Amino acid sequence: MAEPAIKVTGLTKRFGDFVANDHLDLTINFGEVHALLGENGAGKTTMMNMLSGILIPTSGTIEVRGKAAHLQSAKDATALGIGMVHQHFMLVENFSVIDNIILGAEPTKGGKIDRTKAKKDIMALSEKYRLRIEPDAKIEDISVGMQQRVEILKVLYRQADILIFDEPTAVLTPQEIDELLDIMRQLASEGKAVVLISHKLAELRQVADVITIIRRGKKIDTVPASTSTAELADKMVGRHVNFARERVPMPEGAPVLEVKDLVVEDKDKVAHVRDLSLMLRGGEILGLAGIDGNGQSEFVKAITGLLPVTAGQILIGGKDLTHATPREVTEASVGHIPEDRQRFGLVMPMDLVENMSLQTYYKPPLSHHGVMDTKVMVQTTEQLLDDYDVRHANLQQKAGDLSGGNQQKLIIARELSRDPQLVIAMNPTRGLDVGAIEFIHAQLLKARAAGHAVLLISFELDEVRQLSDRIAVIHNGHIVGESATSDLTEQQIGLMMTGETLEHAKEATHEN
Amino acid sequence: MNLDTLLLTVISTSLVYSAPLIFTALGGTFSERSGIVNVGLEGIMVMGAFGSVVFNLKMGDTFGALTPWLGLLVGGAIGVLFSCIHAVATINWRTDHIISGTVLNLMAPALAVYLTKLIFDGRGQTDILQHPLATVTIPGLSAIPFIGHIFFTNTSLLAYLGIGVAILSWWVLKYTKFGLRLRSVGEHPEAADSLGISVYKYRYIGVLLSGFLGGIGGAVMAQSITLNFSATTIVGQGFMSLAALVFGKWHPIGAMGAAIFFGFAQSLAIIGKYVPVIASVPDVWFTIAPYLITIIVVVLFIGRSKAPAADGTTFIKSH
Repeated sequence: MAEPAIKVTGLTKRFGDFVANDHLDLTINFGEVHALLGENGAGKTTMMNMLSGILIPTSGTIEVRGKAAHLQSAKDATALGIGMVHQHFMLVENFSVIDNIILGAEPTKGGKIDRTKAKKDIMALSEKYRLRIEPDAKIEDISVGMQQRVEILKVLYRQADILIFDEPTAVLTPQEIDELLDIMRQLASEGKAVVLISHKLAELRQVADVITIIRRGKKIDTVPASTSTAELADKMVGRHVNFARERVPMPEGAPVLEVKDLVVEDKDKVAHVRDLSLMLRGGEILGLAGIDGNGQSEFVKAITGLLPVTAGQILIGGKDLTHATPREVTEASVGHIPEDRQRFGLVMPMDLVENMSLQTYYKPPLSHHGVMDTKVMVQTTEQLLDDYDVRHANLQQKAGDLSGGNQQKLIIARELSRDPQLVIAMNPTRGLDVGAIEFIHAQLLKARAAGHAVLLISFELDEVRQLSDRIAVIHNGHIVGESATSDLTEQQIGLMMTGETLEHAKEATHEN
Repeated sequence: MNLDTLLLTVISTSLVYSAPLIFTALGGTFSERSGIVNVGLEGIMVMGAFGSVVFNLKMGDTFGALTPWLGLLVGGAIGVLFSCIHAVATINWRTDHIISGTVLNLMAPALAVYLTKLIFDGRGQTDILQHPLATVTIPGLSAIPFIGHIFFTNTSLLAYLGIGVAILSWWVLKYTKFGLRLRSVGEHPEAADSLGISVYKYRYIGVLLSGFLGGIGGAVMAQSITLNFSATTIVGQGFMSLAALVFGKWHPIGAMGAAIFFGFAQSLAIIGKYVPVIASVPDVWFTIAPYLITIIVVVLFIGRSKAPAADGTTFIKSH
């Protein structure tokens, strides 16, 4: 019978008036993978931060191994065998892998750090759990997947037997996700307690023994992992969620975006996009799949006029916009939902009206003879916030004070309300919860149904497969393959994301 | 003047002038590696210089030949006290590091001159020290043919001490638990915090070390070069040290090398008089040379060298 590792009773955390965790009761057992499911802002991370000593509870009790624990710092949690793999990696970029793992728990010999012993111990752990690392490489030089393995080793090195994983799969390829889920199962089978925080239903059901659903700081239910995806989603959101993405059949439209042999080099003459060619028609969604850092950002910035093009040609609606400025691109009827809403999509310290008017403030009806008409701006903003369901307190609110989902909806309202013939959306739902994702996907499909072309660039393979008519896979700045969505399996796309050609990917998966 | 004597003069003068910069630049290195930018090094040097001179003049009769060496420690102690202002302002009150450092720089000369007037009957500058840090000839080493004469005769013992401290600092930063943790709070304080390392503690240590070493730097300057204290005792050496640590890529050995280079630049004014070809160049050029060279180095190199990732940022511990 499973023995309780952690038992929390009436756990509450307030930040001012805001109750992030409201009397949570939860038992986590050794030998189990316990999943915590909830939307963004539901309070999952807050709770885990209390268990790892980063936050101190307002009230309630935490028992670890049957004894009351008063966690005041990360040190206390470590001493009790609790370790957290953080969502945003807590790694020092220019330290070696070894130094990152031992930091804070350094073995010493005669006043000097004993790096030889550290390396031996770490490599033993690395082999035991099949966590491949390069011990002497610097963090900045290794892949995201390996960085995560370093995070896990950091926790194991401290001999934690209660491991918390906070949204660990957000940055991984499908193959890396499978590996990680295997490791979690292995840890649980050794008798360790594993807590997995996520809002990806499929992987939770794949790996967890039990799932606890949290909504708005309150525990809703603890259910077995065999519970259906639909039921889990409904419990998480608190209403019925529609997962089906209906793509109405559309006639073949005229080419809207044509990219020919595009090359984008940076200042140091390093090519991030090489000989990339794509064609996108009205009435279709083209999904561009790929691992982060394979030239997607540079490609989008080149099309939208934010980066200079080294060679090649970009045609939008038949017009040559290869060297156009961002405003010329906008005026060629392009809507851009940028990858980083806080850096490129919005001006965080400016209010909602100003942010909503960013693309159109300079021309009628918002401006006349160079003077802005604030009354019209306010009216337009109110209307759009309403149409696109942007939840806000008032119009004078700073864009930075909106939640992530509402910030994204504000950008979508601004970009799609202009009825653009080409929509470029990069990671439009990154970090958002099921409800917001449902809404944003519906808006992109609506643009498609209106005969517009949508270029969807996403690191989330599920999203690309759900929405796209066709999928192109980018690797190292080049399109390695392109096909109708129905012709490709998830595995094949995953292989292509690592640089395999379409033919190879198909052969490799047929053998299985 | 033969080559031998010329080299001796160049090297010993460079070392004398670089000693204050080495200590101060190393102090700055500790502060910046912990994530606190310290442009207040100039002010810290002023206070260190002031403290050591007052001690040297008042206690010289008591301690005799030991006085200037104790004066260094007094300068260091005053530097620690003065740097507390910067530590509290930047670490606890989250003031912008540049502004807080500038406050130190504006406050120090005014405060030190005011106190000088209080202590020395209204005069703005002190008497000449009776127990300065003289140049020494190192026994044994100076007997080495040719090199011994150039490097170890009538030379600055403190510069060699500074080089020793630089090597020690490098070793500490690279090989000890303390060094690794200090660097971690300067690179990624949240990561350090998540591993139970006290960011505040290590940043305090970083800033106070910069106070200690910067104070010593000021004391070296006053007790071995100007030999008294006035408003013009420290004229930009703190900023040169700052430039040296950046030029040296935040690395103790690099900072030391750069400090020696700047020391050489400062010694030009003195050496110039002995070199026939350049003796005719007006003095003013030699006087401004160190500053000019500093600016050129800053323009050429600073943009390319990489600061600790979290240098100049504030860390807020959540509860």
